[in-house]
Amino acid sequence: MTDLILNLTSESFALLVAATLNAGTVVALASLGLLLNERAGVVNLGAEGMMLVAAIAGYAAGVHTGSDWAGFAAGATAGAAMAALFGVLVIFLNTNQYATGLALSLFGVGLSAFLGIGYAQQRLPERPHFAIPGLADLPFFGTALFKHHPLVYVAILLAIVMTWWLMRARSGLALRSVGESPESAHALGYQVRGIRLLAVVGGGALCGLGGAYISLVYTPMWVEGMVAGKGWIALALTTFATWRPVRVLLGAYLFGGVTMLQFHLQGQGVQVPSQWLTMLPYLATIVVLVLISRNPTWIRINMPASLGKPFHPGA
Amino acid sequence: MTYRLELRGITKQYPGVRANDAVSLRVRPGEIHAVLGENGAGKSTLMKIIYGTVKPDAGEVLFNGQPVRVRSPQEARALGISMVFQHFSLFDTLTAAENVWLGLDKGPSLDEVIRRIREVSGEYGLEVDPDRPVHSLTVGERQRVEIVRALMTGPQLLILDEPTSVLTPQAVDKLFVTLRQLAEQGCAILYISHKLDEIRALCHHCTVLRGGRVTGEVTPAEESNASLSRLMIGSEPPELQRATPVLGELALSVKALSVPRNDPFGVDLKALSFALHGGEIVGIAGVSGNGQQALMAVLSGEDPRAPAGSVHLFGRDVSRADPGVRRALGLHSVPEERLGRGAVPTMSLAQNTLLTRTDAVGPGGWLRTVGMHGMAAELIARFKVKAGGPDALARSLSGGNLQKFIMGREIDAEPRVLLVSQPTWGVDVGAAAQIRGELLKLRDAGCAVLVVSEELDELFEVCDRLMVMSQGRLSPSVAVADATVDQIGAWMSGLWTGQGGAHVPA
Amino acid sequence: MFRLEPRPAPSRVLTLASPLIALAVTVLVGIVLFTLLGKDPVAGLRMFFVEPLRNSYAWSELTIKATPLILIALGLAVCFRANLWNIGAEGQFIMGAIFAGGVALRASPESPAVYVVAVLLAGVVGGMFWAAIVAALRDRFHASEILVSLMLVYVAEMVLSYLVYGPWKDPQGYNFPQTITFLEAARVPRLMQGLRANVGIFVALAAVAVFTVFLFRTYQGFQMQVGGVAPLAARYAGFSSRRALWTALLLSGGMAGLAGALDVAGPQGQLTPYVPVGYGFAAIIVAFVGRLHPVGIVFSAVLMSMFYIGGELAQSRLGLPKALTGVFQGLLLFALLACDTFIHQRLRWVAAK
Repeated sequence: MTDLILNLTSESFALLVAATLNAGTVVALASLGLLLNERAGVVNLGAEGMMLVAAIAGYAAGVHTGSDWAGFAAGATAGAAMAALFGVLVIFLNTNQYATGLALSLFGVGLSAFLGIGYAQQRLPERPHFAIPGLADLPFFGTALFKHHPLVYVAILLAIVMTWWLMRARSGLALRSVGESPESAHALGYQVRGIRLLAVVGGGALCGLGGAYISLVYTPMWVEGMVAGKGWIALALTTFATWRPVRVLLGAYLFGGVTMLQFHLQGQGVQVPSQWLTMLPYLATIVVLVLISRNPTWIRINMPASLGKPFHPGA
Repeated sequence: MTYRLELRGITKQYPGVRANDAVSLRVRPGEIHAVLGENGAGKSTLMKIIYGTVKPDAGEVLFNGQPVRVRSPQEARALGISMVFQHFSLFDTLTAAENVWLGLDKGPSLDEVIRRIREVSGEYGLEVDPDRPVHSLTVGERQRVEIVRALMTGPQLLILDEPTSVLTPQAVDKLFVTLRQLAEQGCAILYISHKLDEIRALCHHCTVLRGGRVTGEVTPAEESNASLSRLMIGSEPPELQRATPVLGELALSVKALSVPRNDPFGVDLKALSFALHGGEIVGIAGVSGNGQQALMAVLSGEDPRAPAGSVHLFGRDVSRADPGVRRALGLHSVPEERLGRGAVPTMSLAQNTLLTRTDAVGPGGWLRTVGMHGMAAELIARFKVKAGGPDALARSLSGGNLQKFIMGREIDAEPRVLLVSQPTWGVDVGAAAQIRGELLKLRDAGCAVLVVSEELDELFEVCDRLMVMSQGRLSPSVAVADATVDQIGAWMSGLWTGQGGAHVPA
Repeated sequence: MFRLEPRPAPSRVLTLASPLIALAVTVLVGIVLFTLLGKDPVAGLRMFFVEPLRNSYAWSELTIKATPLILIALGLAVCFRANLWNIGAEGQFIMGAIFAGGVALRASPESPAVYVVAVLLAGVVGGMFWAAIVAALRDRFHASEILVSLMLVYVAEMVLSYLVYGPWKDPQGYNFPQTITFLEAARVPRLMQGLRANVGIFVALAAVAVFTVFLFRTYQGFQMQVGGVAPLAARYAGFSSRRALWTALLLSGGMAGLAGALDVAGPQGQLTPYVPVGYGFAAIIVAFVGRLHPVGIVFSAVLMSMFYIGGELAQSRLGLPKALTGVFQGLLLFALLACDTFIHQRLRWVAAK
């Protein structure tokens, strides 16, 4: 144990922080997308499938065009397209949101495996290194905070902007109103279904970005099923962040931290079979879920009241 | 004379029902015009057509003499039509100001809206605090937010849909002052209601709807309640036979019942006490939202949180018992919501009997389908339920018929105590009379009946004693023969003296 | 423009036809995919729909796949009807396999022939145990069963991995991550010489009968379904939602565990990291396509098994990717959900005004 503590030198700890931000960004992007969905009252269980298809789409685009940005664009588009399919079914045809989301996930798993055939052997061009000039040279903070891929900073910015938007902007309030009481929003003349579709597609694009981040930045390669449950964790995250964007970000970093801790411990030669350490993030998710869900009243005040329920515009 | 609003031959058809049938209507500027009709007469549909949420199948709408096509609420508002709905379109987690802002079309900023709210609020005497979240407001305050929102645009036509169903009599008077002030300023007002006294007190003219058609256009001041009723219902409602009550044993005894609210938007029950005997019908009056539903849920067992010893059924402490145990002791209940609570919409009537009747359940839980069908068929016949048979899905029945079935199911169980919520809400007149008759029959057979209703008329008709709930507290009880609308109205605002539930002698 | 209107009564025609229409849509897309991949669409369709039914060997393989799908889907049908989304049946399958394997490893050459019964029972217990965690966390802490059961899938995979790479590894296995092959007494008896099919299919069919009775002829089954479709009515009736929660989850956990036990004590014969093949997830599709009805589940399980086998055949004989199976399965569910909406609603052309 003392070895462990002594090993927390500045540099190694800074690397841990950096790795945490890196890992957390995947889940943060996806979870912010799901938050958008859920604030509008739609629960999309298809996150895992969307992220997988986006991961292969992004990877393939990166391989073929040599441009990472093309990869991210492809990933976001793939996510948005799949979300659109889901959105049309649950919003306009009023199919059961849970079943349809599951169908999306299962379909995405199959589709991504299908599309990914042959890409396991292909390689992306050399991975770029990022550094903010000047700030990157700071001791400790330079390594920890200022050498990240731009999307890491985008995620942070997004969380802040979304918070402002949901609380102060008229369109953000409109979104919340749709999630809270679509009947009332409809009576006021808002296009509930259109707003929900926008939220679903936008959320899908963000999930797609998260998926592409995995295959282009986090572990730059393609392997079947490489999302490994992060889509589901992103879903859990929206609930235990009580649908607030900045909390989602912090929760994502917490999750990233646990994931990285596992690698750190393995690297330190801690004598525990690797499988127990690999389990940690999933167990941690369960624990946090339990802690958050304990108080049903609290959930009810914070949860978008119409979450999961179909909306019929009536006459 | 240019009418502010004119409707000619408006018709709207839905699957199975013609909601509006060649309806015509005229409102002058500065006129308060009532649209009178019972539930299901077509009033709401007509208003939705005027406000643009629904498109008519035929007919014309003219505004200030010009034919218009109102295709959405935004277009309605642009014309100068504002509407205050019966069911508020408010979002609990947003402030009053944010709610108003969302209800307006693009333009003003939030700060401007807050300023305007204070202006309008002061001008019309409608106190609204713009910064309070809506979930912390009382029902009356929420309605004021809705009205302020409607007035913000300086409308030429204001439509109010059943505005007084959630107000105490004193609050109703305040509302009328505001409406008269608006009318004097030239605003035309469409006042939808089925309350005859209010229409006669407030409105200049009245169009009566029955079954989607106009049955009369009258001046309320020249009509009596009876003549208006006749236009609205078609005939005098049948007189109910009343025998004098013979009190039996103490059936239900409630002492110092205090239960905190279940969710943040609910009502705490505070030290309720009353007694219910066999052979009497006791009514609980009160505007919805004062804890009646919470009380019923505690009494039926759906809410098991009553403190031990606070609820006794025939001497047994059932405060924490579940509905099954209470049913075994003879307590049955008919909830306010039919589809989804009193009956499962997607299951058949035969299956729905199983919710509260276990006659057809054999040993080991084996279901006797013949028994289930038989019971459902009997109920359909005995209570004259219009349904496609025991296999008809609950949701295929009309509101009134489903209520008859549910009532019938519970009455057929020969309960010793029956709790009923809103027995005839949304039910047509004939079925309502039948239901009320059944309640009286039960009482004469010695059952103890507790009725919660928002319709004072109904309570006066059916009950022997009356109590009022306000803000989670219970008033003393008073014999119906001795009660007056004024006294009950005052009690609805919580202004009573004496012990809750204690009987007030004549 | 088109408008979706509720029907006064559900369409009987579509209730029956909807799965067939969904299948037709899937087939159509399949034809397109085959053509895009440069293969003969007729040959492709033959792999999926004809070959798996051609001879007794094919049927034997079909039952091997259909058995776990039926068993798991039966349990899921109960859960979904009670509005409990047990997505982690795969984890309960794995746990059942682990428990079964643990008991199977204890068999000795002197064990009686009925030892396999103990193995299967252990599988049931394992699956129930894993599902009980989900039920307990939901009961006590209101934690979402969707997320907890899912997370537990990954945990179960790690537990399996730990066991077969570690304490349970066959010392004579050349260091491969696998246990010993189970002794005969711990194996599920086969139906016929030369074919892999075993008595598991009879267990599955018996379960179909039991579940049909449970869902449609017992009070307990009725109570659970009311709870799933109208929770306020269930509360009004006094039906215990806690009892429904535990019954549904333990039942489906037990069934998934049984399926896992039958798989490892049957065709697999040992524990390896490849025990989880996704039956737990595929069974979700089987349950829906089978309309959450035990008899329907038999048909949809056969159909899904045909997709599995067809995928393998298409790969070995036509060079098509095996991942096609997953695509078709997901597509079938999508198409079914879309078609099902028209049972309760209909499309009407409304002239714009």
